[in-house]
Amino acid sequence: MKTHVMGAVSGLAIVVASAAVAEPQAEVLHYWTSGGEAKSVAVLQEEFAENGGTWTDMPVAGGGGDAAGTALRARVLAGNAPTAAQIKGPAIQEWYEEGVLADISAVAEANNWADVLPASIAGHMQCDGTWCAAPVNVHRVDWIWANAEVLAANGIAMPTTWDEFNAAAEQLQAAGIIPLAHGGQAWQDATVFEAVALGILGPDGFQKAFVELDTDTLTSDEMKAVFDQMRTMRGFVDSNFSGRDWNLATAMVMNGEAAFQIMGDWAKGEFMAAGQVPGEDFLCASTPGEGFLYNVDSFAMFEVDGEEKQQGQALLAELVVGQNFQEVFNLNKGSIPARTDVALDAFDSCAILSAEDMAASNDSGSLLPSYAHGMALRGAQSGAITDVVTAHFNSDMSSDDAVQMLADAIANSL
Amino acid sequence: MTKWLEENTPKLVLAPSFIIVLIFVYGFIAWTAWVSLTRSRLLPKYEIDGFIQYDRLFASPRWDTAFTNLFVFGFLFIVIAMILGLILAILLDQNIRTEGAIRTIYLYPMALSMIVTGTAWKWILNPGLGLEATVRGWGFETFTFDWLVNPEMAIYTIVIAAIWQSSGFVMALFLAGLRSVDQEIIKAAQVDGIPTWRVYTAIIIPSMAPIFLSAFIVLSHLAIKSFDLVIALTGGGPGYATDLPATYMYAMAFSRGDIGQAASSAMIMMMVVFAIVVPYLYSELRSKDG
Repeated sequence: MKTHVMGAVSGLAIVVASAAVAEPQAEVLHYWTSGGEAKSVAVLQEEFAENGGTWTDMPVAGGGGDAAGTALRARVLAGNAPTAAQIKGPAIQEWYEEGVLADISAVAEANNWADVLPASIAGHMQCDGTWCAAPVNVHRVDWIWANAEVLAANGIAMPTTWDEFNAAAEQLQAAGIIPLAHGGQAWQDATVFEAVALGILGPDGFQKAFVELDTDTLTSDEMKAVFDQMRTMRGFVDSNFSGRDWNLATAMVMNGEAAFQIMGDWAKGEFMAAGQVPGEDFLCASTPGEGFLYNVDSFAMFEVDGEEKQQGQALLAELVVGQNFQEVFNLNKGSIPARTDVALDAFDSCAILSAEDMAASNDSGSLLPSYAHGMALRGAQSGAITDVVTAHFNSDMSSDDAVQMLADAIANSL
Repeated sequence: MTKWLEENTPKLVLAPSFIIVLIFVYGFIAWTAWVSLTRSRLLPKYEIDGFIQYDRLFASPRWDTAFTNLFVFGFLFIVIAMILGLILAILLDQNIRTEGAIRTIYLYPMALSMIVTGTAWKWILNPGLGLEATVRGWGFETFTFDWLVNPEMAIYTIVIAAIWQSSGFVMALFLAGLRSVDQEIIKAAQVDGIPTWRVYTAIIIPSMAPIFLSAFIVLSHLAIKSFDLVIALTGGGPGYATDLPATYMYAMAFSRGDIGQAASSAMIMMMVVFAIVVPYLYSELRSKDG
């Protein structure tokens, strides 16, 4: 018995000793390279170093993550995967199916992730019942931003239905103001489209159409109404919108040239950077209709050899979902924490609204993944939908043709 | 030993590059052909699954647009760049005083990267910033030139920018060709009192046939692999109205994680190149044999 205890104690001592000696290491591949984003990721690096880890940064700029994806693919094919990589949405499961992701369930269970994360977001972080990724933030996509002064001068309130939006837009157009600031890039067309679709189809319809790819919903009359609304909104956009970057469209709202923009909450960062105050200079509201579309950034953990790296992985996962990082990072990035138990005192009113709506829609089952930002579908399917959306928006295609094309494109992408 | 070396040195020197080309050009063509027959998505897979990717490709309206654009763009670009290049070369050939300076000016666009050309033309053609806004600023309020944002016309803006970039180069090719024509024949024709335009159409241009062929080959491969110009000028938009096969392939391979689809589009592009290059090679080789 005594020897048993001794054995157990010395065994424990060895575990503790090796844990103390091995320094957690993490090589992190990410595409947060622009100003605010780089600042946000520096927060994580500092915290990692404070906990005794060595961080190897591998930022890959360009193409909204395309370049990072290519770098990741090359690394994985060469058998030299990074410790963690910024991957989101169904791509996590796609990588899991390639058999290269690590299991971080131990960390997740020790830190109670299942209780602190909204269920649908937690679902994205799990692969076949094990945890394989750690969420960083929640961007809301279905926002409508407005210039407060322009709306006040024309006696317009934030629209709560698409009909109200159309009426307001016509009034603004008559007053010589561009109703909708928009950039004609496919992903921006898709962003507006999904906000309209959520409003018109409702959360259940959105789920059926863009998560389950249900053909009946995709070709339904409601979907035609979505395309008709897109056609109407094409008329509210200035003639010079093709190829415009989203932040230039935001600037149009800021300087009063345009009244509204439909864009995710990264647009808020532009307003704030220009020194504008939410509620006073600019207004934020969810786009007309019920529901919440999220775009969640996350780190997926890859299968790596060596104790240091595995410890680094565990430490990284723990820190990323930790309360402190979730607060500091999201204050910098303009998004909201993925975990629901972070105090929001330091956040602005738009972020607080976003967090409240997230909690409410989580309860009512209308917390939904954004298709336009790669959260709902795999690349081939979401790309196929975006092709139809952008082709319709930039031509005079009828909504009957558009829904037919949508169904064909989905069938062809599977 | 020395004799053996003497005989085999060329082979030894060429062997490394031969092997490198064999692997990195033909080997990877074969690899792409293989992958184009699989259901590869995010990472390449190697189980052959027939021509599914080609079926998907030809069922895709976006590929339709991209492939049609290739022919519209390629045809207009090659024909107009050659005609413009020839006219410029003939005009420069008239023994004018500042030929050197003018030649350099026309050649300069070739020194720019396509990205620079594309960005500059994006601003020139932007209705709110460039040509249209300027002319309207002069008082012509109804002047409209919105090709860049008009899905029907946007592909022609790419033609314009590409011609601007390349016609100077074609001019230089043709100028060299014009100068290499035997002066004796031209002088003899002039002595016989043949008008200059007849000298060009009946003597000089026909004797430049090989130059036309070279210019055609250079321009057509520029057209087929055009990618950066489209990315910089229109980003493939409005919608996907100005997609070309190269941008389609990029989108599939790198944005959408659809490698099989990208591989099949790459194979079709390669077949288009072969359709142009093989007859050329054939005629070249045959003329050397004869």
